[in-house]
Parts: sequence; C-alpha cells; structure tokens
Amino acid sequence: MATTQVTTDTHLHADAHGHEHEHHEGNFWTHYIFSQDHKIIAKQFLFTGMFWALIGGVLSLIFRLQLGFPEMNLDWLKPILGGWITPEGKIDPEFYLALVTMHGTIMVFFVLTAGLSGTFSNFLIPLQCGARDMASGFMNMLSYWFFFLSSVVMFSSLFISTGPAGGGWTIYPPLSALPQAIQGSGLGMTLWLVSMALFIVSTLLGGINYITTVINMRTRGMSFTRLPLTVWAFFFTAIIGLLSFPVLFAAALLLIFDRSFGTSFYLSDIYIGGEALPHTGGSAILFQHLFWFLGHPEVYIVLLPALGITSEIIATNARKPIFGYKAMIGSMLFIAILSFIVWAHHMFVTGMNPFLGTIFMLLTLIIAVPSAVKIFNYVTTLWKGNIRFTPAMLFSIGLVSFFLTGGITGLFLGNAAIDIQLHDTYFVVAHFHLVMGTASFFGMVAGVYHWFPKMFGRMMDDKLGYIHFWITFIGANLVFFPMHYIGIAGFPRRYYAFTNFETFGGFSDLNALVSAAAILTVGAQFIFLFNFFYSMFRGRLAPANPWRATTLEWTTPRFPKHGNWPGEIPAVYRWPYDYSKPGAKEDYIPQTVPFSETPESNLPHENELIKLEGNGHTAIVVEGKH
Amino acid sequence: MSNSHMEIKELKIVEEAKKPLSMNPKKFALWLFMVSVMMLFGAWTSAYLVKRSDAGWAEIILPGRFLINTIIIAASSLSLIIAYRAARKDNLVLLKTGLVITFLLGLAFVIGQILGYGDLIRLNEYFTGGSVSHSFIYVLTGVHGLHMISAIIFLAVVLSDAFRLRIHSKSMFRLELCSTYWHFLGGLWLYLFVFLKLYP
Repeated sequence: MATTQVTTDTHLHADAHGHEHEHHEGNFWTHYIFSQDHKIIAKQFLFTGMFWALIGGVLSLIFRLQLGFPEMNLDWLKPILGGWITPEGKIDPEFYLALVTMHGTIMVFFVLTAGLSGTFSNFLIPLQCGARDMASGFMNMLSYWFFFLSSVVMFSSLFISTGPAGGGWTIYPPLSALPQAIQGSGLGMTLWLVSMALFIVSTLLGGINYITTVINMRTRGMSFTRLPLTVWAFFFTAIIGLLSFPVLFAAALLLIFDRSFGTSFYLSDIYIGGEALPHTGGSAILFQHLFWFLGHPEVYIVLLPALGITSEIIATNARKPIFGYKAMIGSMLFIAILSFIVWAHHMFVTGMNPFLGTIFMLLTLIIAVPSAVKIFNYVTTLWKGNIRFTPAMLFSIGLVSFFLTGGITGLFLGNAAIDIQLHDTYFVVAHFHLVMGTASFFGMVAGVYHWFPKMFGRMMDDKLGYIHFWITFIGANLVFFPMHYIGIAGFPRRYYAFTNFETFGGFSDLNALVSAAAILTVGAQFIFLFNFFYSMFRGRLAPANPWRATTLEWTTPRFPKHGNWPGEIPAVYRWPYDYSKPGAKEDYIPQTVPFSETPESNLPHENELIKLEGNGHTAIVVEGKH
Repeated sequence: MSNSHMEIKELKIVEEAKKPLSMNPKKFALWLFMVSVMMLFGAWTSAYLVKRSDAGWAEIILPGRFLINTIIIAASSLSLIIAYRAARKDNLVLLKTGLVITFLLGLAFVIGQILGYGDLIRLNEYFTGGSVSHSFIYVLTGVHGLHMISAIIFLAVVLSDAFRLRIHSKSMFRLELCSTYWHFLGGLWLYLFVFLKLYP
C-alpha cells in the first residue's frame, strides 16, 4: 500500500465515515438491490430510466399513429390496449390525452431527470471528485427507492380502468382538479400526484447528496477550478432542483387539497351541468405561476447535465482543452440564475400585464447569451482538434446541433408578441423537443457510450453506435423539423385529430412523414439496446483508460469495488483538460500527475506552483511497493 | 540492485495537493434540507401574497393562542441553547434538564397549534369550504407542525442519547444537528406568524 502522505485528517466525522467503508462484500441483496454504492445506484437509475424511455417512446408512437394516419384501423393494437381502441378501430380520444400526458411526464421526469441526473450525477460525482462514495450512501439508496416507488405508482396508473392522468404533463387546473371533468382527472390524476410527490422526495434526497459531495468530499488538490465540467453541471443541476422542486411540491399539495379535501386554491366559479360547484375564490393562474417556477428550471435540470457530459466528451475526443473553461462555468451559473426569473414566458397568453410580459421577455431573451457562449465554446474546442469520431463524440456533436436548432426558435417563442400566435401550437412542441428533449437525450446516450467501459468493464460496439447515431440524428430532424411548419400553420397541440378542419388538409402528408420518421427513430433505439446488453456480457474487454482521458474515474481499476480506489484516493495536481499540451510527452496528462513531473510542458505560472524547499507547498511522497 | 538504491529512486518530491475547504457533510446536508423547506414555505407565502392582491380576499383573524404558541416555541429554543451550553461544559444534569424542558415545550407547541385549530373553527375560519385565506392558515401551520413533529422525534433521540451519557463536550454532533434544525423551525414559525400578522 502506498501510504505516506503528509496530510492529516482533522475532519473527524466526515472522513471517518467517508473512508472506512471501502471493500466490504455483502450478499446479493445488499450488493445489487439495496446497495449503497453510488456506482450500483447509478446503474439502477440507468436501467429504470431506459425502461421508462422505452415506455415513453412507445406511447408517443401510438399517438403519432393517430396523428399521422387518422384513417388507419388500429384494431391490431387491441391485444395491448384493449378497450382503449374503440369499436371503429380508433384510439379513444380521452386515452389519446392520457398518452400525451404520460409521454410528457415520463420523458421529462422519469427519463431526463431521474434517468439522466440520477445515472450520471451518481456515477461521476464521486469518481471525478475523488470520493469513496456519496456523502450519505444511505440517503442515496433511499433516493433510488423513492424513485422506484414513484415509478411503480406511475406505472400502475397505466393499467387502471379510467386510464392514467390526462390533463397534460403540466396538469393545469381546473381540468386536473375536478375528478368529474374527464376520465384522466380521476384516479389516474391522483396516482400521478402521489407518484410525483414521491419523485420530488427522491430528487431532493439525491440533490442534497450531490451538492454535499461536490462541496465537501473532494480529494486533495481538487479545487473548484480543477473540477471537470461534468461535475460543475451536475452541481448546478442539483442546486436548481433543490430550489425548484419544493415549489412543485407546494403547488401539487394545494392541488391535492383542492381535489380531495374541498379547498379552493385554484378553483372558482365553475359550473358543471348547470350546477355551480362550491369552490369559490381560487385562481387557476396561481397554479401556473407555481408550476412554472419549477417548470422552467426543470428545463435546465434536464439540459445542464447533458451539456456537462458533452463538454467532457468533446474535449476528450477533440484532444484539446475545453475552450473557455471558466466561461463555461460562468454561463452555466448564469443560465441557472436566469432559469428562476423567466417562468412567466410560459404564461404570456394568460392575460398578464403586458409590461410584466415585456420584463419576462427581456429576461428570457438574455438566456440566448450564455447559451451562445456554450455553443461557441464547443465549436472552438472542436476547431483544429484531432477529432476522434467515437459514437459518444457523434452524439455530443449532435447535441450541440440540436441545442442550436432548437435554441434559435426559443428566441421566437420568447417574444411575447410572436408567442401569442405560436402559443400551444406544434411550433412549441418542435422547439422544446429539439432543445431539451432530443438534445438531452443525445447527451444521455453520449454519456452511456462514453462511460460504458467504466460502468461495465467492456466496450460497446462502435459500428452499431454509428448506425444508431445516424438513424437517430436524421430521424429526429425529420420528426421535429416539419413540426415547425405544422405549428406555424396553426396546428394546436394535444388535439386528437385535425380531419375536421379544411385548412389543415394540406398538411396531412407532413404529419404522416413525421409519424413515419418517429417510428424509424424509436426503432433505431433497439439497435442501441441490443448493443448495450450484448456488450455488457460479450463486449470487448475495456482497457483501464480507453479514451485516454485525464479525469479521475479512469484511474480506478477496471471493476472498481465499493470505495472506488483500492489504495489511497489519488491527489489532484492540475485541471482536467490538459490535452495536447505543447511539449508534453503524450497528448494527455492525467489530473493525478504533479507539475514537478512534467517540467517539459509546464507553463511559467505552473512552475511557480512547484517552488521547492521550505515554503510548505511541497510534500515528500514515498511510494512503497504495491 | 541494492535495496536502498530502490528506495531512493522511489522518493519523489512533488508539490503538495491542498485539502479543499470542506465542512461536515451531514451538517451541510441538513442546511440544504432547510433550504428546500424554506423554498416550500417561500412558495406558499408568495402564493398567499399573489392571491391576496386578488379581489374578494377575506381577511384572516389569528386567534390569540398563536401568540402564546410563539412564546412557547421561543422559550423552547432558549432552553435548548441552555442545554447546548451545558453540554459544552459537561454539565450533564443541566443538559438533561434543558433537553427535557425543550422536549415538553415542543410538545406544548404542537398541542397548542392543534388547539389553535379549534379556535379558528370557533372564529368561522375553516380549512375547506370557506375562503382561500383561511385554507392557507391551515396549510402553513399544518406543514410547519409536521416538521415540528419530526424535530421532536429527533430531539427524543438526542434526549435518550443524553440519558445514556452519549452527549458531552467531546460528542456534540447530534446535539448540534438537532439544535440547528430546532432553531430553524422556531425561526420559520416566527416568520409565518409575523407574516400572517402583517398580511392578514
């Protein structure tokens, strides 16, 4: 064991806990099911997220069939959907609403929040910060199991006779607050609310852990300016979640009281069948304010981790330091702050004060600045790099592309005047699917390709990865690009059919194209699934550092045990982006290499750091035999 | 090659990797939890203010009992401070007395809040079926009360620790966590009380 470091531990509780529970072997249950190891928990989140992605994707195909081919006979879906297919072979219109609602809920929360943050924050924060595990392994385990419970509740709502929630993923009252309004506002909505309450608990438990770990559990030398951008992104994401999810909880609890206890926070002056309901004095707009105070930051909860993953993958595979490291952090911070003060741009048509609308419009458009900084930095990192087009790299570049095409339309929608025309049309659907849906999904897939060797000790197949990328990339563009035109033409979202409107007749081909492309794109994900599970067992064995990356996770053994590093946690001496440093022997220098060992490539200020003798900045390390 | 020669070869001089600034993770996590609780109540009190500016707001009348409860919870924080100081000086008798008093005051607060609901009903301020403003009082006090109950359970754990002599000047961790949480909930109640008084 190599253990003669000079530093001593003064933080008794923290380190006593953090360092002692390395390698203890448990049985199957404690190792794989109720594990407190962040790597296992990350995989649990990943598998559950993939399961949900599959469900969410298939749900979207069912309603795309209805939208693209309204005349089609869907009797063949009866074995799965049963009574939800009407005797005429059509999807039940109320079930259509439930499909849209569940697709949104599943994708936004269960896949791109839990599946993305849950997987990669859990997996990478301790590994890249140099910690044995999360600050509290127990809380981390609870976080997964609350998510699991929430998943079970949400999943079971798919099978009840009145169907799952049908009020849209934004569950606006009064529709969602009145069980008698539609079938989807009955038991399905109750289960939705219960499930989301559990989900929020899971997110908060996870988020508290992520923030605590990043701040308090970093290894020696890992200052904030040496953190990989992935960790920065997860850190900001967790902070945003910590501040915004309680607000959703507040909103949801009041909705539960309105639905089940008879209060009137969101309800007023409602007549059903000519009879006035007893609710008076509430305001539906109030819910929208509370909801979007979470809802908008949620966009960045979904997007920022994907951007962090992209920063890491692009720098590694372009063999260049990330361009503008501090600008990247600054822009993420700026985005995180702005995300809290733009929520009312979702509400321009609620009759809000136009002056207030102008303020929200201005703040919204400012988001373009940090976003553009990020895109600029990605492109300049690629500029003149020795680019290696691994599947992870392709998906990361794909993310940048979608972030741009989807982000541009945000400038239109952020304008209060244009939004009045485009509000609740397919233009909005196209916008957010590109900028937060597809972009984040690409980030997630890129992350899986990139860190698969660390997760499972084997490599995924590159060729299948390329096929997966190109079909998905082209397919996603074919799905969402035409939607802009459909939206500008005035197609409203969430409509069951457009066959009754003469004006929309000219667009039925375009809708059919979108649906066909959606089937193709979802189909291509099975290539990924095959690649994933095949490589898990039969893939090429991964070397310790397959991408020749600098960050700490690649210094662990091929199958890191609970505790990550067999000996002492490595110390960190440099930032994570020393790729192709002039003068260096290789085109990357891991973070664990001290400047004193690389005199050939040190910059003057780095030489300052290794001034020897007597100033307390040096340490003598005796390496014993391993 | 001789053994000593090996050893010299393996002696490296490198710059020191500084330990990053950090605090106890559990304490930090508690602070983060309190931030999320603040956001929860921040959301409700903001919603309250937004709703209050609408037409048809029925002003609320807070029963006098809530003032008594406020005094009780302030006193409980005081007795906890005394207990905490006693623990630091290893005055275990005073520690136990202080904790028991805090525990009883905490219980008294929660019971007082529940009795306060009776007073509200006598004032015709109902959770359901009435005005939104009245529903808000129940939500704010109710959720605060739930947190208070969790703090009382936490304090009970600390109390049993104290009776088993596990809390003293060298082992303050649990007591520290517990007092932070307790004072936070006291402060939160003070905020809610003043808020409801200022914006009836």
